[in-house]
Amino acid sequence: MPLVKSGAVAADPFTAVADGAPLPDGPVIISADRLLAEQGTLAARNGEIGVAWPNGRDVAELQPLLGRLSLVALAFPKFRDGRAYSQARLLRERYGFKGELRATGNVLRDQLLMMARAGFDGFEVEKAADAAAFAQALESYSLFYQPTGDGRRTVAAARRAAEG
Amino acid sequence: MYVYDAFDRTFLQERVAEFRDQVARRLSGELNEEEFKPLRLMNGVYLQLHAYMLRVCIPYGTLNATQLRALARVARRYDRDYGHFTTRQNIQFNWIKLAELPDAMADLAEVGIHGIQTSGNCIRNTTTDAFAGAARDEIEDPRLYAEIIRQWSTLHPEFTYLPRKFKIAISAARHDRAATRVHDVGLRLHRRDGETGFEVMVGGGLGRTPYIGKTIRDFLPKEDLLSYLEAIVRTYNLGGRRDNIYKARIKIQVHELGAEAFAEKVEAEWRQIKDGALKLDQAALDTIADRFLTPDFEALPDDPAELATALANPAFARWHANSVVPHKVGGHAIVTLSLKPVGGPPGDCTADQMDTIADLAERYGYGEVRVAHEQNLVLPHVRQKDLPAVWRALDAIGVATPNVGLVTDIISCPGLDYCSLANTRSIPIAQKLTQRFADDARIADIGRLHVNISGCINACGHHHIGHIGILGVEKKDEEFFQISLGGKGNSKARLGELIGPAIPESEIVDAVERLVDTYLELRASPAETFIAAVERLGIEPFKERAYAPR
Repeated sequence: MPLVKSGAVAADPFTAVADGAPLPDGPVIISADRLLAEQGTLAARNGEIGVAWPNGRDVAELQPLLGRLSLVALAFPKFRDGRAYSQARLLRERYGFKGELRATGNVLRDQLLMMARAGFDGFEVEKAADAAAFAQALESYSLFYQPTGDGRRTVAAARRAAEG
Repeated sequence: MYVYDAFDRTFLQERVAEFRDQVARRLSGELNEEEFKPLRLMNGVYLQLHAYMLRVCIPYGTLNATQLRALARVARRYDRDYGHFTTRQNIQFNWIKLAELPDAMADLAEVGIHGIQTSGNCIRNTTTDAFAGAARDEIEDPRLYAEIIRQWSTLHPEFTYLPRKFKIAISAARHDRAATRVHDVGLRLHRRDGETGFEVMVGGGLGRTPYIGKTIRDFLPKEDLLSYLEAIVRTYNLGGRRDNIYKARIKIQVHELGAEAFAEKVEAEWRQIKDGALKLDQAALDTIADRFLTPDFEALPDDPAELATALANPAFARWHANSVVPHKVGGHAIVTLSLKPVGGPPGDCTADQMDTIADLAERYGYGEVRVAHEQNLVLPHVRQKDLPAVWRALDAIGVATPNVGLVTDIISCPGLDYCSLANTRSIPIAQKLTQRFADDARIADIGRLHVNISGCINACGHHHIGHIGILGVEKKDEEFFQISLGGKGNSKARLGELIGPAIPESEIVDAVERLVDTYLELRASPAETFIAAVERLGIEPFKERAYAPR
């Protein structure tokens, strides 16, 4: 599954590690349960830590740990299941998470722009063709009605600018 | 009405281009049907029993004459010369080819209309009072807020894949003509100490599990409208059920949590965002308000001589008494055009009728047309002195049946004639009822009576809130119909009560007629409406008489 970052297919430095398995050196992604259970020992670890956070769990729980995290992966079990959009906006806009916000699961071209608007900046895209069309997918609109934390220009801002 | 600016137009063109690309990828096989389905739905494209259906959004039911002509052109060019107006103030074209859909959409986009979010699990077209901006009993024009909600909800990046569809209705008048209590969110404008605010209701809805919406805020300042809606929809997106499509609407979440607990969650979320980017300051409101063209009304004397003369004609007088209501500006009137002719499918309108209505709107009605949720059209601003001429023109094209609000002004879903979900046909029942009650004098005597027909339990004909509600059910491959009585969709919304076992298709029209006859016998006076009589007497006397003697 190609990972797209900054508009291009990129190598993934992170290794997903199962609960109970020893942590290898280098960047890892662990489960939410493991993160919460082992936060004391993890704090002393040198390597980068990412967490796969489930859709059904309040991201407010993550808030005290965000400073220690390099990556939060949020899942789209089906592309029609949109809970991760809300979780992403909360992590970015309310809790100020600055690390990588990665979309995983059923990640398809026609939802990429909305994911980017919600704050995702890493995409595990299911189809290679969709990864290739990434830049095009992100440019399909030049204007947006809603203000989100992504900073893209809203229609309201464009109107104000036009009015001088 | 709201006039699109360059930004709105740019957005729409980008949307059409995006859908054209999606259709091309579907036709090439790059997208499978499962992947394509939500994308086409979000553009209003359904796959029905016989063909693709395009549902075109008419934001809060307001059209100008040019847009109505564009709908007529689409009906001619891509469909079979007619369209069907829906209870959501939209229009549906039933016979469009997939390959031609992008062209039809491009044609519509030229006049600023589209199918965006008329389907799918997103925020749908916000509906409102068809008399908005014209009614005497309104506080202010609710379409300003409906337009603000339209813009906020259009391709909302967070709320496009909700657990289920999400419908908002808004009313600003003393009489709730938008059925706000049976929507996912209902908004009613109130004025308190000179300030405008909203009563916010959540969790109403019909369908399989009908609920009346619960008020969670009795007065929300107008500047907080969008942040509060965002808090509601976020609470729903994160917490609404996704395990069962029939339990995924917000009404189930509200019911399972309890309205108070749900309200607490919304309030907690709202406190975090209320002073953020969604706050509607006066400048933000003015920017949208400035794009609304309001007719330059000239106040005229009421009851001009032309009207008084025409009222001597009994046919005109009957139509005038039925289909015309007072306007907020002196010398004007609001005219409802009945799309419920005797023997016709409720809500259907031909391309020729649309063209004529567009001409009339331009000539006599400041160029404006509305779609009412009762599946009729409205000319909201007609000078009273022009009423006789308007009536003659409407009568000539068959949209002046004086049955507005009466027993034959039936709301019906498309039913099994079109819909792949339906169990029974509902349009033929409506047609037979209009034939049984074809006598204008008789239906005027019966008075106000709402009949709603749904072809299955999804309740698209809103049978739960019909004074007489008819629900189609299938038993051993035969069509049967259940009858409920006493439903209401207004501010005192109430769900109808089932009167007993389902009735075979062949007997349903007789049963309705017996209910009406029972009312005529038992009413305290002609001033007591059907619904008032049901409320006074209960359903028992009706139940006894509804079933044929066996």
